[in-house]
Amino acid sequence: MIACSLGAKSREIIFTASATESNNTVLKGIAFANKNKGNHIIISSIEHDCVLNSAKWLQSQGFEIEKLPVDKYGLVNLKDVKKAIRENTILISIIHANNEIGTVEPVKEIGKICRENGIYFHTDAAQSFGKIPIDVNEMNIDLLTASSHKMYGPKGAALLFIREGVKIEPLLHGGGQEFGLRSSTVNIPAIVGFAKAVEICQKEIEKETQRLTKLRDQLIKRVLKKVSASYLNGHPKKRLPNNANFWFKFIEGESIVVALDSYGIASSTGSACSSQKLKPSHVLLSCGLKPSQAHGSLRLSLGRWTKEKDIDYVVEILPKIVKKLRKISPFK
Amino acid sequence: MYTKKVLKHFKHPHNYGKMKNPDGMGKVGNIICGDVMWLYIKVGKTKDDQEFIKDIKFETFGCVAAIAASSIITDLAKGKTLKKVLKTNKDKIVKSLGGLPPVKLHCSVLAIDALKEAIYDYLSKNKKEIPIELRRHHQRIKKEKKLIENKYKEWIKAEERIHKNDKKNQQKK
Repeated sequence: MIACSLGAKSREIIFTASATESNNTVLKGIAFANKNKGNHIIISSIEHDCVLNSAKWLQSQGFEIEKLPVDKYGLVNLKDVKKAIRENTILISIIHANNEIGTVEPVKEIGKICRENGIYFHTDAAQSFGKIPIDVNEMNIDLLTASSHKMYGPKGAALLFIREGVKIEPLLHGGGQEFGLRSSTVNIPAIVGFAKAVEICQKEIEKETQRLTKLRDQLIKRVLKKVSASYLNGHPKKRLPNNANFWFKFIEGESIVVALDSYGIASSTGSACSSQKLKPSHVLLSCGLKPSQAHGSLRLSLGRWTKEKDIDYVVEILPKIVKKLRKISPFK
Repeated sequence: MYTKKVLKHFKHPHNYGKMKNPDGMGKVGNIICGDVMWLYIKVGKTKDDQEFIKDIKFETFGCVAAIAASSIITDLAKGKTLKKVLKTNKDKIVKSLGGLPPVKLHCSVLAIDALKEAIYDYLSKNKKEIPIELRRHHQRIKKEKKLIENKYKEWIKAEERIHKNDKKNQQKK
């Protein structure tokens, strides 16, 4: 049934423990299985850390990694994809929808380019699976990563779609589970939960996408209107129905997150101050934001239980918080 | 992650805002790294002719810890003699806040730096004698600032361009 929801055959799906594991398997597994053909891999500059760091590791093993730039909305340009392809390119991996800014990439078109050039195409759909429809055949996808807990399933299960005939090495060798591609005792309870989550999402996806898109657009419109010097990150239309990401001038993201939390509103930020790293989010910087702007970013996610009155509440509280933090800030 | 005391100071910070005609001002931190602290002081004289912090205010761009550290240092410094205030250190701030997460300890250092810079500014503007330790401290901050500026030259230039454009746009409006 999970395979069915992607338009794949059940033989083409293996289960892993996390999207991180699936992405690691793709990058390293394709690289090592196809090194006779070439050593050039193309990714985007706004991939998840598990793709970026796998690529970085492959680089240390002698593979060539090319990172495609994105425009201010976080979109990969098809011309850049075509230009980057070389004779020795073996894999192109582009995230389906970005986890921070929600921008949905032109995966179908990129897949077509890959198909025409005989290059494997992988997409990390951890954020998009269950939220927007995916068909691996229609979208020319050879490998796809998806995760259970991102779509209301239990933690500890993820999947990797591997099109029949794709040459790939396993990351884990052992007893030969998952068609020899992922040895380990199978985590049945988590996978059963994952399947149930997929079943529910499939049933609701059309209605839910419409509902959330409407709420999301309302939220974006009202926040931008009520808060001065506020801006939207990501594409206004080509974005996940559940994602809104802003940046506010003169203030810092973590402060906004903690202040919202005290009003019972959960949010997140791509600011450096929320993480162990000094630099702010690589995604926002790739979209051309300056560090001071990226520091002031705020991500609000919508979900199955978000109602219109929740949007009203956020739109009431958020401007107050921004105003107060700006009073404290030296820049205004 | 944060103690109750930190959150209390974050939610209701003491002594924030701009000060008109301060006697001394300390500007520390860097927008690239995400924390900027500006501290203003007014200096008075006690009956026995000792200089003390008569008033103090802060403006901070930064995370929860940076704002809480700014707030608490104004509490710790207000009403105290300069001599005494110069003995305050980051541990005092951390302790007064009931602790800070390890990655946020630098915020307490930033608050101390801001205070010391404000006092340095006051003393040097009034051509008063500056204790050798304070002078060394000032040199160190200047040096660090230069290092960061060199490291992030391109970014800082871009930031300045943006600020200029913003001002132009505001004027247009």
